[in-house]
Amino acid sequence: MTEQLDAGLVARRIAGSDQVGEPRDPAEGREVGRARRRREDARLITGRTRWTDNIQLPGMLHVAFLRSPMAHARLTRVDVSAALAMPGVVAAFSGRDFAGEQGSLPCAWPVSEDVVIPDHPPMAVDRVRYVGEAVACVVATDRYRAADALEAIEADYEPLEAVLDMTEALSDGAPAVHEAGNQAFTWRFSGGDADAAFHDAPVVLDRTYVQQRLIPTAMEPRAVVAVPEGEGFTLYSATQIPHILRVMLALTTGIPEHLLRVVAPDVGGGFGSKLQVTAEEVLGLLLARRLGRPVKWTESRSEGNLTAHHGRDQIQRISVAAERDGRIRGVRVDLLADMGAYLMLVTPGVPLLGAFMYSGVYKMDAYDFTCTGVFTTKVPTDAYRGAGRPEATFAIERAVDELAAELGLDPVEVRRRNWISREEFPYTTVAGLTYDSGDYEAATERALALFGYDELRAEQADRRERRDPVQLGIGVSTYTEMCGLAPSRVLGSLSYGAGGWEHAAVRLLPTGKVEVVTGTSPHGQGHETSWSQITADALGVPFEDVSVLHGDTAVSPRGMDTYGSRSLVVGGVAVLAACEKVKEKAKRLAAHLLEAADDDVEFADGTFRVRGTDQGRTIQELALAAFAAHDLPDGFEPRLDADATFDPENFSFPHGTHLCAVEADTETGRVAIRSYVAVDDVGRVVNPLIVEGQVRGGIAQGIGQALFEEAVHDTGGNLLTTTMADYLIPSAADLPDFVTDRTETPATSNPLGVKGVGEAGTIAATPAVVNAVVDALRPHGVRDVPMPCTPERVWRALARSRANDGGTR
Amino acid sequence: MGEAAHEIALTVNGVLRRTRVPGRRLLSDCLRHDLGLTGTHVGCEHGVCGCCTVLLDGEPVRSCLMFAVTADGHEITTVEGLADGARMSPVQRAFAECHGLQCGFCTPGFLCTVTALLRENPAPSGEEVLEGLSGNLCRCTGYQNIVRAVHRAAEIMAEERAEEA
Repeated sequence: MTEQLDAGLVARRIAGSDQVGEPRDPAEGREVGRARRRREDARLITGRTRWTDNIQLPGMLHVAFLRSPMAHARLTRVDVSAALAMPGVVAAFSGRDFAGEQGSLPCAWPVSEDVVIPDHPPMAVDRVRYVGEAVACVVATDRYRAADALEAIEADYEPLEAVLDMTEALSDGAPAVHEAGNQAFTWRFSGGDADAAFHDAPVVLDRTYVQQRLIPTAMEPRAVVAVPEGEGFTLYSATQIPHILRVMLALTTGIPEHLLRVVAPDVGGGFGSKLQVTAEEVLGLLLARRLGRPVKWTESRSEGNLTAHHGRDQIQRISVAAERDGRIRGVRVDLLADMGAYLMLVTPGVPLLGAFMYSGVYKMDAYDFTCTGVFTTKVPTDAYRGAGRPEATFAIERAVDELAAELGLDPVEVRRRNWISREEFPYTTVAGLTYDSGDYEAATERALALFGYDELRAEQADRRERRDPVQLGIGVSTYTEMCGLAPSRVLGSLSYGAGGWEHAAVRLLPTGKVEVVTGTSPHGQGHETSWSQITADALGVPFEDVSVLHGDTAVSPRGMDTYGSRSLVVGGVAVLAACEKVKEKAKRLAAHLLEAADDDVEFADGTFRVRGTDQGRTIQELALAAFAAHDLPDGFEPRLDADATFDPENFSFPHGTHLCAVEADTETGRVAIRSYVAVDDVGRVVNPLIVEGQVRGGIAQGIGQALFEEAVHDTGGNLLTTTMADYLIPSAADLPDFVTDRTETPATSNPLGVKGVGEAGTIAATPAVVNAVVDALRPHGVRDVPMPCTPERVWRALARSRANDGGTR
Repeated sequence: MGEAAHEIALTVNGVLRRTRVPGRRLLSDCLRHDLGLTGTHVGCEHGVCGCCTVLLDGEPVRSCLMFAVTADGHEITTVEGLADGARMSPVQRAFAECHGLQCGFCTPGFLCTVTALLRENPAPSGEEVLEGLSGNLCRCTGYQNIVRAVHRAAEIMAEERAEEA
């Protein structure tokens, strides 16, 4: 073990003693690939955590927002004066009070020439466009009193017609959400000749799927603490994106970037919901600036359901042209995407992230995609786990199952006939992406075996034969996705406002310990553990000797943060790159001290040795030698550290095969998942424990969309699912145990061979489950059940089908 | 105009704590913001998610659904009080061992719930574990590792009982 730092020891070592710290023991094997227990857990299981809402500061005030009860209205008057007289109230403001300085919440992804980016004031000034939009705020000495005082604010509204349905919103004479109308943008993409593919096609399938509106529901509610400090401000926020947030807040508020520090302390889940620049973050800063005191806002769950961005909400029309043998000729997609009332950070970009994935794992001659973004009077949509790719995968995987049914073929067989075979990689798809690696055959074979596919099909046939009221359904999903966002050049070509690189710094401290600074911003993903593993292997230091710093722009000044399954694929690779640079420096120093040529020095297991001799220096000895600086090569700076950025040349393309068996009660509509098998290929794996955790959690969310979750509005545009009793995320009792396994086809686009894993489970699971539900009901003539497939919807689908059928089934 | 404040005394994690709170102060807010025990989390404020679960005289309760004044004179255990000094409780150890947490926000509630569950039923069946956990929500894990952690904790506790005997 390494010894504790003490001055005498350091002095001895500087004087030329033998060792500082110790390299890791090579007999322990490599860290990468090892199921390390997470170093994050110690603080999380003992309550020694630092969530934004924990922060208490002297003089801190609490903010509460008055929110519009109308989905669409003119805001004619806001009078906060009575609130000012309430106990504990320090200040109260309407949107008008900040009209000159609050600016407009940013949209960083102007996707097209025709995109309409409406003004989006953090507090409404004269118009409200969704229930929950902030119209005034109170700042008080405690949260309860701030809430009390909201009651005293007078706000007058002239109601306007709510705009809730996308098709109606685009029709002539629809009430306009914004002056420019209800169309936010149109975006088209095509590869190959779709007209030719569809012309005379022996089979053409036409389906419409609805991606219901979802509420991401991270367990930690959003919270913001804004603190005037020195010349500038520190903003603590439960955010996934401290770096992007800092830039955006500087642009939005006019607070100079160098005087603004953003901190993401412990953050309790995000799933895209904290990939945002929110009204409350902007207003928190403006209030701290105006009042000169720290202010805090923590949302309640109901407030969050109303006002934090939602996800999905698309209507997908998909057409598939195919041969009689099941081979797909082409796919056409016409998409309506509900933007909600405004375009937030990446709102219009979400459907584009799916646009390249509608061909899935399949080869085809032609693909045609059209998307229309639509404004409605609902809270804006934006990224939710998978962002665009779950929608695309759902549509193509559902359609392939429908094609199989239409042709009377096994759905796995139809997939085999169409997918890119293992020897065809790298493969450029009809959508123009180059999938670098994959092995769909291997993942599928493994999944079928674990699932007991043939046995379940036999049981299904038997139950169908017996007209068992409880039918068995089998759903298949052979998904792939593009993640590891993203090559900066590609993002630029898609009009995104920033790049997709990631930054890391690695610093060897004088005692041989290592600080890793990452631009990723974990909120449950375990980067502190995985990045330590990568560093331990690269530098030959013990895992315990590494610490990982993140989530504070004063500590980690550069980064692109955490979303889009990018952290390992981009940020982890940046850590490796920084380690390599440190080793280059250390090698030069070792050569100098050992009086050898650089090229004669080799590195293994934490020690630089002169080739063919037993002469060497450990990396820890070199760290101390660099610090002491007594004997350095000319021009060598007295430190062993390095910065690196990594900008991937390609996305990463994890894939896999998920199989789901459901039992559907045709009398009650109840659906129960009987078994679920997931075989994923996420390339090389740094920590199997964490990877499996991501897969399981992802599947749970995918199942949530398939069976349970939906944001529901009434005809006036009021959200009805404002509590966790109304918006149902799965509980332990709702989910079976999943069987998970992996195949491993390394990515060729990065030196670690890794692919992203954060979103894979969610992308794969939803179509697997719905395919299973429909498969169970198909003998009853059911071809689709809209999500979520609740007992009521299953029952209605059966009833409708029986009615159409004259009740013969 | 001030709100009437009430003097209350709670024994929290074995320590007698006195504080003054308005009648409407939630126990969760009192623990977090008055007593500085921020390990108890508030996830929904309507008693559904279970993040705020603490033990009141050994029984799991939702601290977001209780007023602090109603806890006057009672014993409360929060996540900060589960470990025995530096030694994590079997439930805590099992959660880390089985990767039963990711973001960790729901974890203190689960730890308290499971601690009570295993005290009541030291060897629960699979079905009993699912039922026991169904009042706590987690958005990260998909629950299976939490379920594993409960069984593993039961195992550790049984081993430790055997060693003591």
